Amino acid sequence: MGLTGLEIYKLLPKTNTGDCGFPTCLAFAMAVAAGKINQEKCPHLSPEARETLEAAAAPPMRLVRIGPEQTPVLVGNETELFRHDKRFNNQCAIAVEVADTEDMPAFLQDFSALTFERVGQRYSVDLAALRCTSGDAGRFREAAVLLRNSAGKPLVLISEDVSIMAAALPVLVGDRPLLCAATPQNYRDMTELAQKNGCPLVVRAKSLTELSDLTEKIVRLGHRELLLDSGSRETAAVLADLTQLRRAAVRKRYQPFAYPAMAFASATEPLAEIVQSIVFLSKYASLIVLKARQPAQVLPLLTWRANLYSDPQKPIQVEPKVVAVGAVSPASPVYVTTNFSLTFFIVESEVANSKIPAYILPVNTEGTSVLTSWAAGKLTGAAIYKALQENGLESRVNHKTLVLPGYVAVLSGSTQEATGWKVLVGPREASGIAKFARENFR
Amino acid sequence: MVFMPIVEKYRSKVQEVVLGATRAQGGTRDFTVTVGGEAALPFLHYEGQIPHRPLIGMEIWDTAPADWPACFAPYFADSFRDPAVWAQRCVSGYGADLVVLHLKSADPDLLDTSPEHCAAVVSKVLNAVGCPLVVLGCGKPEKDNLVLPAVAEAAAGENLLLGLAEQNNYKSLTAAAIVYKHTLIAQSPIDINICKQLNILITEMNLPAGRIVIDPTTAALGYGLEYGYSIMERVRIGALQGDAMLSMPMIGNIGAEVWRTREATAPAEENPGWGEQHDRGILWEATTAAALLQAGLDIVVLRHPEAVRLIRQNITELMGGRGV
Repeated sequence: MGLTGLEIYKLLPKTNTGDCGFPTCLAFAMAVAAGKINQEKCPHLSPEARETLEAAAAPPMRLVRIGPEQTPVLVGNETELFRHDKRFNNQCAIAVEVADTEDMPAFLQDFSALTFERVGQRYSVDLAALRCTSGDAGRFREAAVLLRNSAGKPLVLISEDVSIMAAALPVLVGDRPLLCAATPQNYRDMTELAQKNGCPLVVRAKSLTELSDLTEKIVRLGHRELLLDSGSRETAAVLADLTQLRRAAVRKRYQPFAYPAMAFASATEPLAEIVQSIVFLSKYASLIVLKARQPAQVLPLLTWRANLYSDPQKPIQVEPKVVAVGAVSPASPVYVTTNFSLTFFIVESEVANSKIPAYILPVNTEGTSVLTSWAAGKLTGAAIYKALQENGLESRVNHKTLVLPGYVAVLSGSTQEATGWKVLVGPREASGIAKFARENFR
Repeated sequence: MVFMPIVEKYRSKVQEVVLGATRAQGGTRDFTVTVGGEAALPFLHYEGQIPHRPLIGMEIWDTAPADWPACFAPYFADSFRDPAVWAQRCVSGYGADLVVLHLKSADPDLLDTSPEHCAAVVSKVLNAVGCPLVVLGCGKPEKDNLVLPAVAEAAAGENLLLGLAEQNNYKSLTAAAIVYKHTLIAQSPIDINICKQLNILITEMNLPAGRIVIDPTTAALGYGLEYGYSIMERVRIGALQGDAMLSMPMIGNIGAEVWRTREATAPAEENPGWGEQHDRGILWEATTAAALLQAGLDIVVLRHPEAVRLIRQNITELMGGRGV
């Protein structure tokens, strides 16, 4: 509920009939605001008050499901403008577009390579988007079937021609593709088609005013599985519109815009398409359609998505606990670093890259980097000794050699003294770990 | 319902900072550039004036870099050994707004060059290009405290952008910036409180706020970029809400972070699923920059000419905004 008790009170009849079970309208309003009771318990609510209260009770942005019931792609349900306030909820979906006049097998081959392994996580594009450029319903349907059978992801169907869309849907029963798009010209028929087939629908207009108007008309027809496309294609205009749509939904609970918004990358060059998509991903798209489809182009976009949608509450420190990378054995090397997340992640990534299983021991430096913690006296021989003891390294490995970050080579002597372990000075930059590991531990 | 655009009202705006000084102003630059001044969140032109576009600085070293990946050779192989030639290439070849000279040679563990040598390199680069210059020390505070004051003195009046001042090491650099008329980079370790505190300490020494650029520290895409992104967003919101000690423009040393990651540099054979290194490296840098521009970054420091091209295009598109 976005309204306060007093705001709700103003909408009530203020007659204190007690029919709701509360002695006064004010007491009832307070209970509604606290979410303890539904406004429907008041039998004397005016239709306008009911509409306002229902709108306020609805989530600021609807959750929309694209694709089969069992394995849908979820978009929307966002409640924030800035990730530092609270974690964003549903990752922006990435759709790769192909025209029905293109070489489909070539597309499918590229598309299937757009799943990535990185730092133990799996990133993947979410949707295949088919655009009808042929103007031929038969060809569009044929391409849709091919994608449905081989792409392994839900579909977006792009055509404003209702007859072309209608011809493709009978072969996609239960697939619930996203239909793109309903416009002021075709919305009656397109909405009916979407409803009949249980499909989510893109609402497309030429301005935010027109979009607001069109969304209301479609909702009045009874369809609410909607995504919003303001029609803008220039980078700055898309940014402006996406920002307005998100603010309207989250700050104003403006009902016509209480749906996830989407954007199309419009640059002609794939690299520029990715840079443009970074803007839309950062500022408020819930779905992006682009044509770039080489792994080297798509991986940076998916990596930023994973970063952006991560939990901002996650501290910038990692737990100062030993981490095993790969299939470690008692003979595996031990790398010492600090518990500053950024330092730890880069060391972890490089140790994994070295393909030589190892332990990483993040010393508790209160989340400061190697040089900073050394300068502040937090990374010392004694601190390393404490970390070795607390993590029971002596019982995990059958040797007594540790690798010290190259930047703190000066700590070699004191560390050797404090720990009784032999010290190997490692590379300064984590990027040197693979080479260092090959030379020392193969 | 009729949709009314939602326009935020802010109390304040970002401080304007001028970089460089022309002959008339006591320097030798052909022109100065102004950065900052935004009265709105990034590129939301309908909300307030965005008088200056973000600037692109290209990073050069005063010694040939041993660890830059091979993809830089086609652009710089013949200029790595001469920072003056390298600087010219960045400006006239690749359209850099600023040259960012990193005095790596001063590092006691590299060449340990003298403060006098470093000052001479700075003068040489100043002679080679007409744009304002950013000068970074080697990163070792004890040495930089010798090098940077010498550089500041030799380039007196040029209004260099000098860095880095840090919480535990800002006094000698601030003093040098005041005496020799330069602007300062104040770096804080992804921490908004330290960021603010450092600006207070520096302005208490009587360097005006308009001569400070904030480096909130950035990480590369995939290595904690989101932390830097959120700090920058918070700094910018703070500036617009009227916090004078967060109101300076921001600089991000992106190239140096990106080009040590495996994602930017590893050949395709190492991770076949990641695709070709060429596009991947360029986009790792451009993506990091594009994301931070959305958080409010004002000066983007890059290495790869193709990333520079993509980000310039991105900035041009974003500055061509319209109303809602």
